[in-house]
Amino acid sequence: MTPEESNETTETLGQNLIGNGVSRRTFLKFCSTVASAMALPPAAASAMAETLSKATRQSVIWLSFQECTGCTESITRSHKPTLESLIFDFVSLDYHHTLQAASGDAAEHAREEAQKAHKGKYILIVDGSIPAENNGYSTIAGISNRQMLEDVARDAMAIVSVGTCAAYGGLPKADPNPTGAVAVSDIITDKPIINIPGCPPIPVVMTGVLAHVLTFGIPELDAHGRPVAFYGESIHDRCYRRPFYDRGLFAKSFDDEGARKGWCLFEVGCKGPTTFNSCATTKWNNGASFPIQSGHGCIGCSEPDFWDAGSFYKALSTGSINPTEWATDALVAGAAVGVASGILNRAGKAKAADKHEPVTLEDMGGKK
Amino acid sequence: MNEVELLNWARGPGLAYAIIIMVAGLTLRVIEIVAMGRPKELAKVRSSGVSDGLMMIVKRSVPEPRNWRYITASYIFHIGLLIVVFFFIPHTQFFRDLFGVFWGGWPNYIIDFFTVLSIAAMMYVLVQRRIDPARRILTRPSDYVAWVVTFLPFVTGYMAFHRLGPDYTLMLALHILSVELLMVMLPFTKLTHAVTFVLSRYYTGSNMGRRGIKA
Amino acid sequence: MSTSFEQGVNTLKRLIDAPIASYFSSCTNCGICSQACVFATETEDPKYTPIRRLDPMRRVWEQEYTVVGRLKKLIGLSRELTMQDLEDNVHLTFESCTTCGRCSMMCPSGNDIVYMIRKMREALTAAGLAPKELQDAAVRTIEKGSVMGFPMNTLQAMIDAAEEETGIKINVDEPNVDYLVLLSSAEVMQFNEIIGALAQIFQQAGVTWTFSTKAHEAGNPGMHMGSSEIEAIMINNIVEAAEELNIKKVISPECGHAYMAIRWEGPNVIGRPYPFEVYHIIEVLDELREQGKLKTAGMEDERLTFHDPCQAARRGGVNQPQRNLLNMVTSNFIEMKHNRACNWCCGGGGGVNTMEKTEPMRQKIFHRKRTQIEELDVTTVVTMCATCRNTLEEGIEENGMDIEVLGLTEVVANYLLKEKES
Repeated sequence: MTPEESNETTETLGQNLIGNGVSRRTFLKFCSTVASAMALPPAAASAMAETLSKATRQSVIWLSFQECTGCTESITRSHKPTLESLIFDFVSLDYHHTLQAASGDAAEHAREEAQKAHKGKYILIVDGSIPAENNGYSTIAGISNRQMLEDVARDAMAIVSVGTCAAYGGLPKADPNPTGAVAVSDIITDKPIINIPGCPPIPVVMTGVLAHVLTFGIPELDAHGRPVAFYGESIHDRCYRRPFYDRGLFAKSFDDEGARKGWCLFEVGCKGPTTFNSCATTKWNNGASFPIQSGHGCIGCSEPDFWDAGSFYKALSTGSINPTEWATDALVAGAAVGVASGILNRAGKAKAADKHEPVTLEDMGGKK
Repeated sequence: MNEVELLNWARGPGLAYAIIIMVAGLTLRVIEIVAMGRPKELAKVRSSGVSDGLMMIVKRSVPEPRNWRYITASYIFHIGLLIVVFFFIPHTQFFRDLFGVFWGGWPNYIIDFFTVLSIAAMMYVLVQRRIDPARRILTRPSDYVAWVVTFLPFVTGYMAFHRLGPDYTLMLALHILSVELLMVMLPFTKLTHAVTFVLSRYYTGSNMGRRGIKA
Repeated sequence: MSTSFEQGVNTLKRLIDAPIASYFSSCTNCGICSQACVFATETEDPKYTPIRRLDPMRRVWEQEYTVVGRLKKLIGLSRELTMQDLEDNVHLTFESCTTCGRCSMMCPSGNDIVYMIRKMREALTAAGLAPKELQDAAVRTIEKGSVMGFPMNTLQAMIDAAEEETGIKINVDEPNVDYLVLLSSAEVMQFNEIIGALAQIFQQAGVTWTFSTKAHEAGNPGMHMGSSEIEAIMINNIVEAAEELNIKKVISPECGHAYMAIRWEGPNVIGRPYPFEVYHIIEVLDELREQGKLKTAGMEDERLTFHDPCQAARRGGVNQPQRNLLNMVTSNFIEMKHNRACNWCCGGGGGVNTMEKTEPMRQKIFHRKRTQIEELDVTTVVTMCATCRNTLEEGIEENGMDIEVLGLTEVVANYLLKEKES
C-alpha cells in the first residue's frame, strides 16, 4: 500500500511515533530495553528500531477461549505506558473480546474481514484452552472454540499462545479436566506456534516477544515452544535468595523468623528449581517485585500441568500424593500376602515333618 | 512424554506404586520369615537372651578392625548413604511429609562431599566383588542388580544438584525414578538386609545370650 | 534303609526355620565370613567361604519358602537340588568344617552360619552321606558304650589303677551323690590321669561323685553326624542313668563337642528338659574355687598360654572359669592374641580328625595355631578338650615345636594342697 492510500493500517510506526511527539531517542531507549531484556546484543537495539520504524501495522487477531482474562489484564498492566500502547496502536488489534468496542455480529464480521484482507499475514494470538471433550462447553457467537481456532489458524502467519492455558492447557486441564481442555498446539500442528506461558505471563515478556516477531521473526524456542530469551533459565538459578538455599537457611513456615529474614522458600513449596521464566530478573509491575520477593514460593505457573504437580506449599522434593495413606494400605496388603505365604510355609514344614523317616542305627550299619 | 510430565508422574503415581510395592514387599518378606517359627529352647539357659538379642542388633555394626581391607569401602558407602539420604535438606522435607517428623538438614557442601565419597566407595566395592576370590565365588546376578539400583540414585542426584545432564527437570525426574526403582527392587534382592538384619542379628544374639557367650 | 536323597531334601525343608530364613534374607555376599574361617584363610581357597557351604540349603529355602522363589519355580527359573549337589557338599560340611562357629561371630548381618551347618549335616546324614568314620563311631558308641569301642572293663581297669595311686575310693553306679561324671574316649585312652586328678580334687572339696557303667561316654558322634535321632539315643542313655542314680548334676568332661551335645543340644533332641543340671568340669572346679573348697599351693611359673576349645568356649559359653583357675595356679599365663570367643580353631574338632583323609588339610590349618603359639614365646599350652589336646600335640610334633600340652584339670590337680592323711 502506498502512503497516499494510507489508512490506519498502512502508517508506519515511525510515522506514528513522530506524529505523537515521541523522539527517536526515546524510541531507541525502548528498543534497547526490550533488546537487553531478551539478551540480544547491543546492535540489535538499533536494528530493532530501524525495522520497527519501517514496519507497517500488523494485523492481529486475538481469540479468547476457556480463559480467565488474566492474560489480557496482565498485558494491559504494562506500565511503560506511552511506548507500549503505541506498540498496540501500531499493531492493528482487529479482534479482542475485552478490548474491542464492537460486539455481536459486528465484532465477528470485523474478524472475518481481517482474516480475508490479511490472509496469510496476520498473527493469531490465543489465550485460554480449548475444550476437546465437547464442543459445546465453550462457544463464541455460536461457534465452538475448536472450530474458530481451526478457521482462524488456517490463514494465519503464526500463532502466539499467550498464558499457560493456551500454551499447555492450564487451569481447565487440571485434574479431572471435565471439559477435556487441550492446548492450542494439540489442535493446530501445521503452523509455527510460540508459547508464552505464565499464569499470567509477565507483561514485558509478552510485548518483548511480539516486538521480536515483528522485527526479527520468530525467536529461538525451547523444547516447549517458549522463547529461550525469556524462558531459558529457571527461577532458582536467577533467584536473589539462592545464597540462602546454598547455605541451608530456609523459612519453615510463613511469617516465621526465616521468612521475615527473607530466607529461601524451598521448604514452603517454592517450585523455582523446575520453573522457567523471567520473574526473578524482569519481575512484575515494572520491576517492582515478584512472588518470592513478596515472601511466597514460586508456584511454577509457566510449566505444563503445574496445577497437578502437588501442593504449592509442599517442597519440590515431596510427593504430590499422600505417602502415609498409601504406605498404610501397602502394609495391610503386604501383611495379607505375608500371612498367606507364612501359612503355606508352615504347611510345607509340617508336610516335611510328616514325611520324615528317622535315621536309625541300622542305617549306620549297626544291628537293629 | 516430556520431562515435566515425567517429573509429575514420578512425584505422583510413580511414588505411589513404589511405596506400595516396597512396603507391601518388605512386610511380606518379614512375615514370611517370622512365620517359619523358632524351635523352643529346652536346655537350661543362662539368660533369656532377649537383651542380648537386642544388643546384638547394634553391636554387629561395630567394625572389626582386623578386616579393614574388607570393610572400609562398605562402611564409607553405608555412612555416606545414611548422611545423604537423611540429611540433605530437600530429603528432610520428603521425610517430614512422610512421617510428620522433622529433623534439621546439613549444609550442602557436606552432603556433596559424602555423595562423591559414596560414589567412589561404591565403585571400589564393585571392583572388589570382581577381584576378591571369596566375593567372586559368592556373586550371583542379583548382586549386580542390587549394586546398579543403589548406584543410580547417587549419580542422578549428584548430576541434578550440580545441573549436569541435559535439563534439570529431567535429571530430577530421573533421580526420583531411580529411587523408585530402588524401592521396588528392595524387597526382592539382598537389599532386604536393610530391614531383615534386625531379625538375623536378634536371633543370633539371643541364641548366644542364652548360652552366655559374650560377643 | 531310611536314608535317601528325598529324605535329605526333606530334612532341609523340615529344619529351615525363622532364623535361617532371616539369615539367607540378610546375607549380602560380602565374603567377610571367609576371613573368620581357619580353613578358608589358611588354604586361601575361596570355596571354603562359610556361607557358600550352605548353598543347597539356600536354594531349598528360596524355592520352598519365599513368594518370589515359588514364582520362579513355577515359571521354571530355578534349579532343583540334585544328589550331586549333596555329595559335593559333604567335603564342605564335614571334611573342611569343624563347626567352630567363628564365622558366626564375624558376619555383619549377624548370620549364625554354624547353626545352619549343623542342620546341613542333618540333611546329608538323612541322605545317607554321613562320613563312614562317623557312622562307625556312632555304631560303636551305641553298641559298645564308647566312641572308641572299648567296653566298661577297660575303664574299670583305669579306675582301679587310679584308686591305687591316689588311695581314694572312686564310685561306680553309686546313687544319690552330688555328681555323675562322664568321660570322653580320648581321655580314657590317652589322658586317663584325669581320673586320679578328679578323685583328689573332689575329695579335698568334699563333694561326692560317681561314674556310671551304663553311661560313661560323653562323646557323641550322633551330633558330629548331625543326626538328632542318633544323638538322642546317646543322650537318653545318659539321662536314664542319671535318673536311675537320682543325680542332680551331671559333669561333662574336658571335651568340646560333648559339652555342646549334653549341655545344649541334649534336651532339644530328646524333646524334654532334663531333671538335672549339666556342667563342664571346668565350671565345676571354678565353682568349688569360688566356694573356697579348692585349696592349692604354689604356682606354675612357666610361660604358658590357653587354647579355648571352640565348642566349650565360643559356642558353649565357658569362657571365664578356665581363666579364674589358671590365675589361681599359674603365675605366667599369657593370653593368645585372639582368645575366648574369638579364638582360632585347632582344626581337629567336629569329627574332622576322625577322618584320615583330612590330615593334609589339618596340617595346613595348624599353621594358624603355630603362629599364635610362637608369637607368645611360651613353653606350654593348656587346654580343656581332649580332641584339641590331640590335635595340638599332633601339630606340634609335626612342626618340630618344643611345646608341652596339658589339660587344665591336671594342672589344677598338680597344685592341690596335699593334706596329710589321717
